Amino acid sequence: MTQMTQVVAKKQSKPISSYLLRRTKVRLLSILAPPMTWIVGVYIVSLFLLLITAFWNVDPFTSLVSPGFNLENFKMVLTVPAYIATSIRTLLIALAVTAICIFFAVPLGIYMAKIAKPWVRNLLAVAITLPLWAGYLVKIIAMRLVFTEEGFFNWAMAPFGIRGPGFSIPIVILTLTYLWFPYMALPVYTAIRQIPPNLFDASSDMGAKGFTTIYRVVFPLITPAVIAGSVFTFSLSLGDYLAARFTGGATQMIGSIIAQNINLNPPVAAAYSMIPIFFIVIYLMVARRTGSLERM
Amino acid sequence: MALIEIRNLAKAFGTVKAVDGVTLDIGSGEFITLLGPSGSGKTTVLRMIAGFEDPDAGSISLDGEDITHLPPFDRDVNTVFQDYALFPHMTIQENVEYGLRTRKVPKVERAKQALEAIASVKLEHTADRLPHQLSGGQRQRIALARALVLRPRVLLLDEPLGALDRQLREEMQIELKKIQRDAGITFIFVTHDQEEAMRMSDRIVVFNEGRVEQVGTPQDVYNKPATRFVAGFLGAANILSGEDAKKAFGKLKTVSIRPERMRLQPGNSKISSDESSVSAVVQEAAFVGANTVYIVETEFGFRLNVSKTNTELLVQDKSFAAGDRVLVVWHNSQAAEIPA
Repeated sequence: MTQMTQVVAKKQSKPISSYLLRRTKVRLLSILAPPMTWIVGVYIVSLFLLLITAFWNVDPFTSLVSPGFNLENFKMVLTVPAYIATSIRTLLIALAVTAICIFFAVPLGIYMAKIAKPWVRNLLAVAITLPLWAGYLVKIIAMRLVFTEEGFFNWAMAPFGIRGPGFSIPIVILTLTYLWFPYMALPVYTAIRQIPPNLFDASSDMGAKGFTTIYRVVFPLITPAVIAGSVFTFSLSLGDYLAARFTGGATQMIGSIIAQNINLNPPVAAAYSMIPIFFIVIYLMVARRTGSLERM
Repeated sequence: MALIEIRNLAKAFGTVKAVDGVTLDIGSGEFITLLGPSGSGKTTVLRMIAGFEDPDAGSISLDGEDITHLPPFDRDVNTVFQDYALFPHMTIQENVEYGLRTRKVPKVERAKQALEAIASVKLEHTADRLPHQLSGGQRQRIALARALVLRPRVLLLDEPLGALDRQLREEMQIELKKIQRDAGITFIFVTHDQEEAMRMSDRIVVFNEGRVEQVGTPQDVYNKPATRFVAGFLGAANILSGEDAKKAFGKLKTVSIRPERMRLQPGNSKISSDESSVSAVVQEAAFVGANTVYIVETEFGFRLNVSKTNTELLVQDKSFAAGDRVLVVWHNSQAAEIPA
């Protein structure tokens, strides 16, 4: 009986499948249509609109945005010292966050992947990903509570005569590191786990001690993962403004200024938002030159 | 004095005793093979000689110096790994230079030595390539060059030919043996392939369940197996014990006899005085190319494997078929008594 039904099932014609089977272009198009609509329709177009807005200006009397073409906004964000200082400050904060994330992620990854017992490894993997489950604002507020004047840090460190720096750039860097660390730690850990154990044996067999092995074997092999992680930590830090707002005191980042201008002067906000995009493009080009992107 | 002296070596992983009291002397310039099934402890012994595993008990000395707990980078031994363990991000030349570099050999000198080593395995043209651009056999030879360029006292080889196809493997067996003889280096070779072990080794160490079953030349371990395990693991063997042995050989011992050391004769034929025989019925006759393998059931009820080398074209009336009454004949000296 079952054989009978199978035969019948086989005989059913499948016009759509057989049509698509021979027409690879139609097939490709039908697969790519939804994501392309999203990428082109929503992503690219909105970015393009942002770029166009950057050339418009605001009528100083009516405060209304009027379309046009002028480079005043760009000139302003590139020449006014306050804007330049904020750009550089943001760039340095993002680089510092990325550097700290790498500095912590590599030894942690080596420990987790190669040394830790399985249960410790699982515990650490949960510990790293756990912050991702909490809301973004919640984490910023948590850092704020820790470092506020009467907060946990000052209370805990008081017996040693140490006082926290208060809301300032170091705390912003710390907060951003806390926020984005998982995006660096996970790819780095995964990459180290994928290094065959034999390579470690081979390296020490040929006379290399621990640090030489890390420098000559581990680093080159995890560079693609570090670059991947750093694209996250770097770009997310560049675009952030809530960390600066809640834990930075008077610290201004590019995002802070965009947020202030978004209603008052959208064209300036648009022009200024080109700066982090520019930084990221430069960053990706540098990464590309190292040859790391091909192996990602 | 032996070059390497291993005394009562033991290593457990969790509750599993991987190596359980191994004692072994390895001479200078010897090609010695650690042979055994997977999980028998042979690789763990090799890894302890290399320094990748720290023994729980026992000692290893190299040329009189105790190296039991030295790290790998302080031992004058090098390893060729099972899957070659070439660094994927380095060119072939950089791979071969790696060990020279950690020894701070000047750049020009190490390039010269590395290129010589690569040339010695006939792969000069691959020096600038990456490992993944080479075939398995080529990678294997580079792994060998990378270890030999350091001129170790002892070279450890962990199933280095396991991933190669049969033909390439036999070529490499000959090449390895030649390299070992020319360089005069002690080779400690791990394999689970008994034919490979016999083909290459001066001596074979047979491992089972973390212990050494027997140490000896290929002829020793094949012709005079010390244990039932050795008899069964190296080649095919008919192993008889207890009542079966008493009926066939007249003694209550464990006896091993190789299929090719017995022959079949017609059921009513004569044998000479220094031979023994048992009458049997052919159950199965299988032609396998070089040999024909017979399974016969003896008058005492147990079965024997008998193998006949096909030295000439089979003439129908000389061979036996299923159901034929035959005499299984062997020379008395061919029945090897197993002491344990």
